[in-house]
Amino acid sequence: MSPPRWPGYLLRWFCAPHRVEEMEGDLDELFQQRIREVGLRKARRRYVRDVASLLRPSLMKREQYDYHRPTNTTMLRNYLKIAFRNLITNRVYSFINIGGLAVGMAVAMLTGLWLYDELSYNRYFQRYDRIAQVMQNQIQNGEIKSSRSLPFPLIHELKTSYKSHFKHIVTSTYPEDYILTSGEKKLSKTGQFIDAEAPEMFTLQMIKGSWASLQDHQSILLSATTANALFGDADPIGRRVKLNTNMDVKVTGVYNDFPLNTEFHNTQFLASWDYFVATNAYMREKKWDNHAVSIYAERQPNISFEQATASIQNAELNVIRHLESMKGEAATNPQIWLNPMHNWHLYSDFKNGVASNDSVQYVWLVGLIGFFVLLLACINFMNLSTACSEKRAKEVGIRKAIGSLRSQLIGQFLSESLLVVVIAFSLAVLIVTVSLSWFNELAAKQMSMLWTNWFFWLFSLGFIMLTSLLSGSYPAFYLTSFQPVKVLKGAGLARIQLGRLASLPRKVLVVTQFTVSITLIICTIVVYRQIQFAKNRPVGYSREGLLMVPMQSSDFYGKTDLLRRELTNTGAVTDVAESQSPITGVWSSNDGFRWKGMAMASTDKFATLDISPEYAKTIGWQFVAGRNFSKEFASDSSGFVINETAAKLMGLAHPVGETIHWKSQWMTNNVEKPYRILGVVKDMVMESPFKSVKPTVFLLAGNPNWINIRLNPAVNTRAALPQIEAVFKKLIPTAPFEYKFADDEYATKFRSEERIGKLASFFAVLAVFISCLGLFGLASFVAEQRTKEIGIRKVLGASVAKLWAMLSTDFIVLVLIAFGIAMPTTYYFLDGWLKNYQYRTELSWWIFAASGLGALIVTLLTVSYQSIKAALVNPIKSLRSE
Amino acid sequence: MKGTYLGEFEEVVLLAVAIRAGDAYGAAVVNEIEQQMGRSVNLGAVHSALNRLQEKGLVSSEMGGMTAERGGRRKRLYSVTAYGRRALEEIRQLRNQMWDAIPGTAWGQLNMQ
Repeated sequence: MSPPRWPGYLLRWFCAPHRVEEMEGDLDELFQQRIREVGLRKARRRYVRDVASLLRPSLMKREQYDYHRPTNTTMLRNYLKIAFRNLITNRVYSFINIGGLAVGMAVAMLTGLWLYDELSYNRYFQRYDRIAQVMQNQIQNGEIKSSRSLPFPLIHELKTSYKSHFKHIVTSTYPEDYILTSGEKKLSKTGQFIDAEAPEMFTLQMIKGSWASLQDHQSILLSATTANALFGDADPIGRRVKLNTNMDVKVTGVYNDFPLNTEFHNTQFLASWDYFVATNAYMREKKWDNHAVSIYAERQPNISFEQATASIQNAELNVIRHLESMKGEAATNPQIWLNPMHNWHLYSDFKNGVASNDSVQYVWLVGLIGFFVLLLACINFMNLSTACSEKRAKEVGIRKAIGSLRSQLIGQFLSESLLVVVIAFSLAVLIVTVSLSWFNELAAKQMSMLWTNWFFWLFSLGFIMLTSLLSGSYPAFYLTSFQPVKVLKGAGLARIQLGRLASLPRKVLVVTQFTVSITLIICTIVVYRQIQFAKNRPVGYSREGLLMVPMQSSDFYGKTDLLRRELTNTGAVTDVAESQSPITGVWSSNDGFRWKGMAMASTDKFATLDISPEYAKTIGWQFVAGRNFSKEFASDSSGFVINETAAKLMGLAHPVGETIHWKSQWMTNNVEKPYRILGVVKDMVMESPFKSVKPTVFLLAGNPNWINIRLNPAVNTRAALPQIEAVFKKLIPTAPFEYKFADDEYATKFRSEERIGKLASFFAVLAVFISCLGLFGLASFVAEQRTKEIGIRKVLGASVAKLWAMLSTDFIVLVLIAFGIAMPTTYYFLDGWLKNYQYRTELSWWIFAASGLGALIVTLLTVSYQSIKAALVNPIKSLRSE
Repeated sequence: MKGTYLGEFEEVVLLAVAIRAGDAYGAAVVNEIEQQMGRSVNLGAVHSALNRLQEKGLVSSEMGGMTAERGGRRKRLYSVTAYGRRALEEIRQLRNQMWDAIPGTAWGQLNMQ
């Protein structure tokens, strides 16, 4: 004979608590009465109806306490005052707390910005989701090779037979350096020749002109900076520009520079593809073996990349399998596919047809480290604020005795920690704003604060809330639950109740902190050692005072002897030599070599570099055997100088004088020719210093494209450069004088490793700093808690040294545990990292020992300050009754 | 004090409180109205009307009088204040005045049609 239950819950949940009693009473009374009058079923129905009618806003309004309104702001002001007083009284703790958290937050923000930058790569293009690059997979030597270079006739195939899948198909050259001449001004800029639809497909932000501006054959679109560099403030539209020496174009548009985190950030101008083909005889042949084209495509909205790929994959094969001259190519089974724009940046390396996720892992690794630094800071913050709040048990007791409600106290503690977190956050924002330019330089990026990004604010707000809630929850919910009598009677009661259980999580946190710190220290040391190891590698030539000038246009050719004479006449230059590719790169490699004891040509690729005989002296070759090329022997034009790696690969005991047969499509017109080895030189590190040297042959084939200039060491570089420039200006007036120093170029090869090293040390320093802050705070807190114990021990005869040892051992043990965890994990990771390098340092045991010892010393120093201070206190002071 | 306008339902509730003088609480008022007017009312309507009357100062309340029937819960007992009584009297007087002003011929003419 009871009413249904659920309406009662509703009533208690929604209606004002002070009314619920009478309402329930009335409901029950009416229910009992109605059972008698109209029966149970109807009574129940009425009961539900009555409850429903009671759920109205006027009855839900909570009771207003008379004293709430006038004292609310007063109490809030009091809370604020107490909060600030607490911060000032515990000056050191507050500094550690706020400073540590701010630094951690700043680091997290910087890494967050970096992550954002990496993940938003190319999102500048509005049709990001629909653009793809056309790629080709071929099987060579049993391995799938993925390539962005496509055969020329594929453009026509795609544009005719497969047009329906795509909104735009855009052909482009690779970005290359060109000389832009307008009147007297000459600039060397990187640019691309690209189809007229490109501005629309890549949604260029046009400052002048429109997306249709590239339709004219002889038109060029300039980036804003290029336009400014060429024409200053004058209107560039309609001005004539000469590209290299053979192309005349008219400026028809100016676009905003592509941001640094886009695919085309190097591209400073876009010119018409059709014009490029028209002026380039090789391109005009449009042959299937011309692999010099990039193709970008925008899919139709109703078609997926997978569908489009499925239909175009045999676009090339279907044609070339019928062509006699392309039989070899068809045998490699060329498959055409689409690589969506969102994969261009982070999945750009392909191994055997599969994208490697190294760069993605790198991105997430940095993110993870940032997260860990933040975690360290948060751990400190929570540790210290809970530790400090234990001292406030008395305050809670008094407040309660005076009449504070528990909810008010909870509010007080939570808002206090919110205040501290907000202060730390503002400090962090300040730090980030100030250090962003420095960090941009370090990371080679153009990041800016995301002031207008709602996601950034949402994330920050969420983080502030979470941290303040977590760090404030202990005092807020635990301390306020005590009965005031107990807290006030025995001051230490609250502390005793906490006991061992409270210190265990704190220990775990310290171990976590030091594991992260030690890991980062070891990583930093190893990265730097690896860089140093590669820097100390013998390079096989002398980099200092070596100038490299690219032969940018055809005007250079045929003038090299003249240049050599004129340059040496200035006295600033000792030697001049030509070479194919600069000394710091290998731009040409071929296979098809056959040597003694081989019936078939080897499939090994050799670097094949075309040089002039002066090369040896100019760069300082070190001969192991044999001699250099000589102009006096005409037969040297069919001679090779090889490097040690090549000699080793060929397995020839006395390579000088041996004959090598070489058949190459490009270099020997597909005819096998004999070459004689004239000499063997020491290996030269031309490519990455972390990789093993390629087997190399040097030859005199007569088409080098770089000029190497050895400066006279007796002449000051600053004095030499204008003299050299004058010679170039006189002999080749059409090209700007551009040069590179070999040692500068060589240094850039370390840039990405140095960046990792700098980032790692940055994180390591911060992690150690934050961990030490936390440790310092904890040590002082523990020392303070044990003041009486230390006093008693001293009275009973303990020495300062013993007390110091007692107080420090706890922490030392924790650091040792952390070291035990950090060592195997770092060994595992670093071993994997080093395996990426062919030329690598060893992971020696002393690195681990040194970083462990370092962590131990830092810990001891941090803790000792506090423990010695505590041990030196006169027991009279610490034991005095309060 | 809120406006003194008294709605029809509020007037009925106020009268019921007066009738049940000394023992006027939610359920009792519901019973009284149902008996007197022969129509069923919702408890919520009564509670909200009593609440409004109290805000207007026409009734006052205190807690008390628990019974077993209510599961041992207390009642909120309402009583009409002097101001409430005057409001009722004014309404009655106004009605009487208007009744008196009806001319005798009015009913006759209506009946004729």
